[in-house]
Amino acid sequence: MENVTDYTEEQIFQELSNVTDPEIPVLTVTDMGVVRKVDKFGETVRVTITPTYSGCPAMQRIESDIKEHLEKLGFEKVEVVTVLSPAWTTDWLTDVGRKKLEEYGIAPPAEKTTDKSALTGGKKTVRCPQCKSENTKMISQFGSTACKALYQCQDCKEPFDYFKCI
Amino acid sequence: MTIKEALFQYTLRQGDTSLILGHRLSEWCGHGPKLEQDIALINIALDLVGQSRSYLEYAARIEDKNRTEDDLAYHRAEREFKNLLLVEQPNGNWGNTIMRSFYYDVFHYLFLHELVKSKDEQIAAIAQKSLKEVTYHLKHNSDWVIRLGDGTEESHVIMQTAADELWMFTGEMFDMDEVDDILMKEGIAPDLKPLHSKWLQKVKDVFTEATLKVPPEDAWMQSGGKLKGIHSEQMGFILSEMQYLPRAYPDATW
Ligand SMILES: [Zn+2]
Repeated sequence: MENVTDYTEEQIFQELSNVTDPEIPVLTVTDMGVVRKVDKFGETVRVTITPTYSGCPAMQRIESDIKEHLEKLGFEKVEVVTVLSPAWTTDWLTDVGRKKLEEYGIAPPAEKTTDKSALTGGKKTVRCPQCKSENTKMISQFGSTACKALYQCQDCKEPFDYFKCI
Repeated sequence: MTIKEALFQYTLRQGDTSLILGHRLSEWCGHGPKLEQDIALINIALDLVGQSRSYLEYAARIEDKNRTEDDLAYHRAEREFKNLLLVEQPNGNWGNTIMRSFYYDVFHYLFLHELVKSKDEQIAAIAQKSLKEVTYHLKHNSDWVIRLGDGTEESHVIMQTAADELWMFTGEMFDMDEVDDILMKEGIAPDLKPLHSKWLQKVKDVFTEATLKVPPEDAWMQSGGKLKGIHSEQMGFILSEMQYLPRAYPDATW
């Protein structure tokens, strides 16, 4: 095993793709865009993360999972810093992340947040992750976790989660 | 009053209002009329408690007396809380709860739109984060006001009664004092006066769609919570429940 002090910041960032979201285990913290930055000062590694939602209870767990993972690799001084700005947006969800979500049964965010039509009442298409029908309707703006809304497919009748845009 | 003292008070005011409304909404957990509505209120509660945590964490840092956000939430007495009286009002029925949130959401949304321009970086960051969440709160509660106001005869009466009863607590949202003056000069806090007419306009728009009457603009308004920490009788009950565990078991962790 190579000496951890040889890891570049880039490699440490890559390593964090082994840490998953406790509530949506199919997504890694890097797929989510929650990890903003990795800095290395000598033996200290500082990972900067940003919360998806102010009250997201997964954030504390994510913080300790990141620490634990890097410590297992051999890093002795790991700091995890939370920053609020710039505020997390679903635009940071990677394409791989979007694909994984749909395969998992959660519809990925339908549009970029620069398009506010969803909030102003305009039409947007949320595709059913089961049968791929676009004939779906929203049941509730709020779902099982802060980041999701509840939808139902009008064709296959399956209810499903939609990862809403913020 | 120094800028630091003003900033501490200001941050407490925002944090306390979010905390108390978040707590009130959390009382609905397991009691919502439908599972979806239960989940919606609890999600909103979670956002608000999260926002409160950000504010109180910052307040504790500004104060610099070795207190944490938990100390501020769980170990302050009633008079030290600077939340709006509106948000401590009882949940009542679903209509009361929705109307209370709606009045506040309209304000909260307009207020955060200004607060994101704050020259205090941390305040601006919290506002930026919160604004995304509050946009959904406002949408949710506006939809319910319209749906029930323009619903059955019974739901209409319930919503109009809630609108009238809570009206006297809406004026306090726009109250300002020395704290605001000091921070406005620094470009940290927005002027709340111009927000009043925007707030009224949005309430009117939604009420028109909901076929509800807007209560008289010149009605007498109750204040005292945000600026002075003088609360309604409700507050003691809220704190005794919210603070019970950390006060009874100071070392409890989870
Ligand atoms: Zn389907």
